[in-house]
Amino acid sequence: MNFEYTFHWRPVMRKLPDLLEASLVTLQISVLSMIIGITLGMVLALLRMNGPKPLAWIASVWVETARNTPALFQLFFFSFGLGAFGMHLTPYLIVLFGLTFNNAGYLAENFRGGFQAVPDTQLRAARSLGMSAWQSYTRIIIPQVFRIVYHPMTNQLVWAVLMSSLAMIVGFRELAGETQALAFKTFRIFEYFAVAALIYYAMVKFILGISRLIAWRMFRY
Amino acid sequence: MIEIKGLHKYFGDLHVLKGIDLTVKKGEVLSIIGASGSGKSTLLYCINGLEAIQQGEVLVDGVSVHAKGTNLNQLRTKMGMVFQQFNSFPHLTALENVALAPKIVKGKSKAEAKEIARAQLQHVGLGDKFDSYPSALSGGQQQRLAIARALAMEPSYMLFDEATSALDPELVGEVLDTMRLLAEEGMTMICVTHEMGFARDVSDRVAFFHQGIMEEIGPPKQIFSEPKSEHTAKFLANVR
Ligand SMILES: Nc1ncnc2c1ncn2[C@@H]1O[C@H](COP(=O)(O)OP(=O)(O)O)[C@@H](O)[C@H]1O
Ligand SMILES: [Mg+2]
Repeated sequence: MNFEYTFHWRPVMRKLPDLLEASLVTLQISVLSMIIGITLGMVLALLRMNGPKPLAWIASVWVETARNTPALFQLFFFSFGLGAFGMHLTPYLIVLFGLTFNNAGYLAENFRGGFQAVPDTQLRAARSLGMSAWQSYTRIIIPQVFRIVYHPMTNQLVWAVLMSSLAMIVGFRELAGETQALAFKTFRIFEYFAVAALIYYAMVKFILGISRLIAWRMFRY
Repeated sequence: MIEIKGLHKYFGDLHVLKGIDLTVKKGEVLSIIGASGSGKSTLLYCINGLEAIQQGEVLVDGVSVHAKGTNLNQLRTKMGMVFQQFNSFPHLTALENVALAPKIVKGKSKAEAKEIARAQLQHVGLGDKFDSYPSALSGGQQQRLAIARALAMEPSYMLFDEATSALDPELVGEVLDTMRLLAEEGMTMICVTHEMGFARDVSDRVAFFHQGIMEEIGPPKQIFSEPKSEHTAKFLANVR
């Protein structure tokens, strides 16, 4: 074997601003899919635990599908799957829905474990003080659940950032999509993906750092 | 006044309370004793509406607890409850634990709620623990925190469900002292307890529960020295 490949970093460096801009898109769509995913995941967890039968069943199907099928297929569902029924979403929405679907399913299971870890007697104590069911959940139960699921939630955000790279398959120009488009124009494929990988690495480390900071500020108990 | 009339409670097929009639007057301290499983906790939960009932009625100051139109959240502010498990809210400081309900249930301002919380924490001897989280408090301190939290709602009644049963023996005294203090201040109290000393010295009446029935009720002296029911006598012989 002989290596004839010479590395050319300059074309990548010239396009670095484009890559950085695309990485902001990655962050934006990942964070948004987390925010919606947390809300939906909470609803799914509550439905699975105390919802009426049909809704509990739908929630279970959602959770089982999100956790036990390839993320790529979940993305395909929102592009080709819905496309087969004549519904054509924009690439942005395909990725947003795909990520959100996956986040909500994973988080629902974490939340369910979190709810089960908070003793029933906490709810009784809150109600005995005259708090409504809503107040008891929002002030007493859910804050405790959040602490329990905080680290799994951080991991899910990291996973969302990495999973969003699948977006290049449906033609969305977040970091991976942008990298692919530029790389194949210049044929400096290795260099482009190496730089993109470094940016992903930095984003993940950044998220973990911020998460640790927030945990340190929030959980004083 | 708390009036319980012909109360029956079932858990599925299990008949847990079998026709309880009981009136507790303002200012009275009633202790409830009896073997585990006799329905004592369930009775307290029925009084503040945490459990539904199948027959009979519970009236608190003339308001029927289980009637359809009753605003239970409002009615519960009249009845403080202290549980066997400490049930302090672990994510809140002692001050926040106590101030929360006055603020969000009674609509007090933040400053007012804090003021109330400080006063009640001092009341139960936790004046130096405002900013401590429950995890930094002993069991006895957590139980006094629970008492302060209930008192902050300015209840007319206090329900204690074996408030000292989960405590290490050396911490029981401080909680009983706090309960004694409340009794001296004239609080109306229903105390489910295994502390026979407390039942004898502090209560106006003692009720003995046996398998879902209130076997007998009377002044502590009578219950402890000349019980009418053989079940009571047997129970007392065993706990002494
Ligand atoms: N939530 C519940 N579901 C079913 N059975 C219950 C429940 N709570 C209590 N019980 C049963 O009711 C009976 C009375 O319980 P409890 O009121 O806790 O007794 P005590 O407080 O006197 O020990 C027991 O047999 C207990 O197992
Ligand atoms: Mg009990």
